[in-house]
Amino acid sequence: MSIRAVNLTHIYGQGTAFEQYALKNVNFEIQDGEFIGLIGHTGSGKSTLIQHLNGLLKATSGELYYNGENIYAHGYDMKGLRSKVGLVFQYPEHQLFEADVFSDVCFGPKNLNLSQGEIESRAKEALNLVGLDESFYKQSPFELSGGQKRRVAIAGVLAMKPDVLILDEPTAGLDPKGRDEILGQIEKLHREQGLTIILVSHSMEDMARYADRLIVMNKGEKMFDDTPRNVFRHYKELEAMGLAAPQITYIVQALRKEGIPVEEDLITVEEARDAILRLIGK
Amino acid sequence: MLREITLGQYYPVDSVLHRMDPRTKLLGTLLFIISLFCANSWLGYLTAAVFLAITIRLSRVPFRFMVRGLKAILILLLISVSFNLFLTSGEVVWQLGILKITREGIRTAIFMALRLIFLVIGSSVMTLTTTPNELTDGLEKGLGFLNKVGVPVHEVAMMMSIALRFIPILIEEADKIMKAQMARGADFESGNLIQRAKSMVPLLVPLFISAFRRATDLAMAMEARCYHGGEGRTKMKPLCYRKRDRIAQVILTGYLCLIIGTRFIA
Ligand SMILES: Nc1ncnc2c1ncn2[C@@H]1O[C@H](COP(=O)(O)OP(=O)(O)O)[C@@H](O)[C@H]1O
Ligand SMILES: [Mg+2]
Repeated sequence: MSIRAVNLTHIYGQGTAFEQYALKNVNFEIQDGEFIGLIGHTGSGKSTLIQHLNGLLKATSGELYYNGENIYAHGYDMKGLRSKVGLVFQYPEHQLFEADVFSDVCFGPKNLNLSQGEIESRAKEALNLVGLDESFYKQSPFELSGGQKRRVAIAGVLAMKPDVLILDEPTAGLDPKGRDEILGQIEKLHREQGLTIILVSHSMEDMARYADRLIVMNKGEKMFDDTPRNVFRHYKELEAMGLAAPQITYIVQALRKEGIPVEEDLITVEEARDAILRLIGK
Repeated sequence: MLREITLGQYYPVDSVLHRMDPRTKLLGTLLFIISLFCANSWLGYLTAAVFLAITIRLSRVPFRFMVRGLKAILILLLISVSFNLFLTSGEVVWQLGILKITREGIRTAIFMALRLIFLVIGSSVMTLTTTPNELTDGLEKGLGFLNKVGVPVHEVAMMMSIALRFIPILIEEADKIMKAQMARGADFESGNLIQRAKSMVPLLVPLFISAFRRATDLAMAMEARCYHGGEGRTKMKPLCYRKRDRIAQVILTGYLCLIIGTRFIA
């Protein structure tokens, strides 16, 4: 069970004056249950890449296999794919349209032609997963706070019961509390429901904390594909792409420069704290 | 998907025509159209063709972009050609039942076709080398005298440029919302008319909300920067005629004289 991209290339506006390569020969394989972080400078092709994974965009060339099946094969069940690979767009609250929260979350399962009972039980379950209780069901989605709206939108995708959940910058424009709540819930979905997660984010701290594996995009090409620890070792190259390592990595580097022998590849605050405590305790 | 519809058809390269004042181009297009109606001989059309060819070269826009506009008038072209071909009286060269083609008919049909084709290509040269915003600027300044008779030229121009600016934004937004709903299993393509109309609701509601949000944001941003209408408002890039515009005006005048001249030679 996996997602496999082979030489994925996407050109926007092919044959016009505005032709633009958004993806160039991207290859990777994502296994079930992984937590992938996708990072890259603005315009590096992250959003374009993830829209290929559920077939919303078709590659200009290259192939994409979901569970071993070529999704570009004639007669492939795209709707089935979209229910298995859930995609939460950037600012997903802009897609809300129903008069109340519950109906909006029902939209996805309704499109899958399920029975009314199944639709409702899925919607309830999804809203429960994002931490919205029954008092929200009959509220208008437009009256909620930014973070709540976003959770409704995420529930709208979760109600399709996807195996893979892709989130495009889910914390953009949220306050710190809203951010932590959303990320905490994503982590919980990964841990408890065993969902495969692909998270696009600009926060290296979040990446270091949550992701098992990082894919780094630069100008449409895949630059790195490794564990966060290994990727952040290349912080000089990351900086050249307009990215960075987590703040704590720089602090550790500065300490080492002063001659304090902390270990080199510490990427989260907790790790660094423990390492420093060990040093002092020695 | 939707984003592939480009508005207007501006082709971004750098050329003398691109740099020219939009008013000169508007005037030039007008004069070129007038010249097409003045031409009445092979020599006249040849002059217009040469002039057009040189302009196209100067614009540095690939020729295939110029002829795109022709697709839209293909039917009109066919109708007008056949009317002229069959309904002009004169010396008959071919006859089948009531259908007859005359020497004069062939001539008018060809001239008519050339006129239409040149007209479309000529205006394409303008729209391909001028951004919609420059065009509105040019119209605003060029038609400024209408202010005196109470036409709110600035307001109309401002509305036009905001609308032009918003169309691609809304298209992009619609594309995004459509994809987001498709990711939730929405289907915009199949079903009967009623089902399809119903399937537009999840697209239209968010689109309207976003359009209103953007409109209030923009109004607020304009107010915050003290926008109060056209009176006393200066421009960052005021239009001004340069040497190349003067040269173009002289060339245009010469060209028009030449075309009028061909009427007397033939
Ligand atoms: N619908 C589109 N049409 C044309 N070009 C696009 C479109 N979407 C994105 N692009 C271009 O493709 C490139 C990659 O964009 P995107 O995938 O959105 O990057 P990211 O999500 O990493 O910021 C950018 O240069 C962008 O301008
Ligand atoms: Mg993006």
